[in-house]
Amino acid sequence: MIPAPVRYARATDIDDALALLAEPDAKALAGGQSLLPIMKLRIARPSLVVDISRLELRGVDVRGNELHIGPLTTWDDLLRAEELRRPALSAMAECADGIGDLQVRNRGTVGGSLAHADPASDMPAVLLALEAAVSLRSPNGDRVVRLADFFVGPFMTALRAQELITDVVVPLSELGSGSAYVSVEHPASGFALAGAAASVGPDGERVAVTGIAGRPFLVSDHGDPVGDTEVFGDRFAPADYRRGLAIVLVERALERAKERAVEDR
Amino acid sequence: MADRPESSSALSLVVNGESRSLEVEARTLLVHALRDELGLTGTHIGCDTSQCGACTVLLDGRAVKSCTVLAVQAEGMEVTTIEGLSADGDTHPIQRAFVEHHGLQCGFCTPGVILTSFDLLSRDAEPSHATIRHALRGNLCRCTGYQTIVESVRAAGDALRGEGS
Repeated sequence: MIPAPVRYARATDIDDALALLAEPDAKALAGGQSLLPIMKLRIARPSLVVDISRLELRGVDVRGNELHIGPLTTWDDLLRAEELRRPALSAMAECADGIGDLQVRNRGTVGGSLAHADPASDMPAVLLALEAAVSLRSPNGDRVVRLADFFVGPFMTALRAQELITDVVVPLSELGSGSAYVSVEHPASGFALAGAAASVGPDGERVAVTGIAGRPFLVSDHGDPVGDTEVFGDRFAPADYRRGLAIVLVERALERAKERAVEDR
Repeated sequence: MADRPESSSALSLVVNGESRSLEVEARTLLVHALRDELGLTGTHIGCDTSQCGACTVLLDGRAVKSCTVLAVQAEGMEVTTIEGLSADGDTHPIQRAFVEHHGLQCGFCTPGVILTSFDLLSRDAEPSHATIRHALRGNLCRCTGYQTIVESVRAAGDALRGEGS
């Protein structure tokens, strides 16, 4: 399988990338672990791929009370980041370790995954539970969107056509915080049939669920995490099964996050 | 201005230690550039959907699935294929360990398994069985049942550490 004919340009900086993305059927290409498979299947047939993979948007660092994750940070980078070795952020490395496989983690990026917005991808649940936000840039300027407002539906986000993610920002919580991610994966694809992330701290608990609906979502009632959400089902995992998994996984994620919060005191 | 939208372009990269220049279409996958343009057919195409890992090569020292990388994305980078591991005529310690511990049967998946193992062992010289199995999750083998592969990787780690001391 090879992609349909396409043109290619390597962006030199963010402004250059945005100028190139003015072309209506252009797509930004980072690690390519989501975009290239769908281009090979010809589900996506962009006229132009704008290679943003060499822009200086990679790396993890703590500034003040915030963790900043460059959108070109790979899953493998996350696994190795010292900044994530605290109970409050445990869910991130725990989640990254289960994404794809070693080769995919070497290429796949945080920003690429968020922009692709596969409803079964794992990290969105973790970032939702950690109350993350994304910084976006377009020719019209910069804006910040809370992740809770970013995912619109399956493979749909608040990103506009000529807009790029420039930063992923996670507020750092106080001592006595813990987080966790648990999932049940499809044995062949590795994607989550259901996944739950929990973040627990002195200010309360937050839980998010992925894999069971059109988009990952924050849970409002932990006792009834699914509520009236329309649950997705297929022949591998019917909706009732996914609903059951989600309820159990929410409990387990909360339990693990609470244990870690105790260790953090 | 260089690098403006092109449907084909000149590509320069280092393959197995040698500088190579070629002309590729933008849509050409790295695996096809390696096999069809450079004749390096040790890099296999199995599933062609980023599942099986037979096409794994090292890109700047890290294992990647070359069916899921555009050749033009490798501009200026170093690619190592299975041919490059034994470039001086000697088999690499990882290759020797696979021979000694029967880490292959038909051999189709082996180049990819060995290059993923190379990445693993470059970062963790003494991986546990569980770590090895986790690292090799993206490499499917239909012959061995994996047990002998895991043993081969362990032995390769021992051999590499022995050489370093």
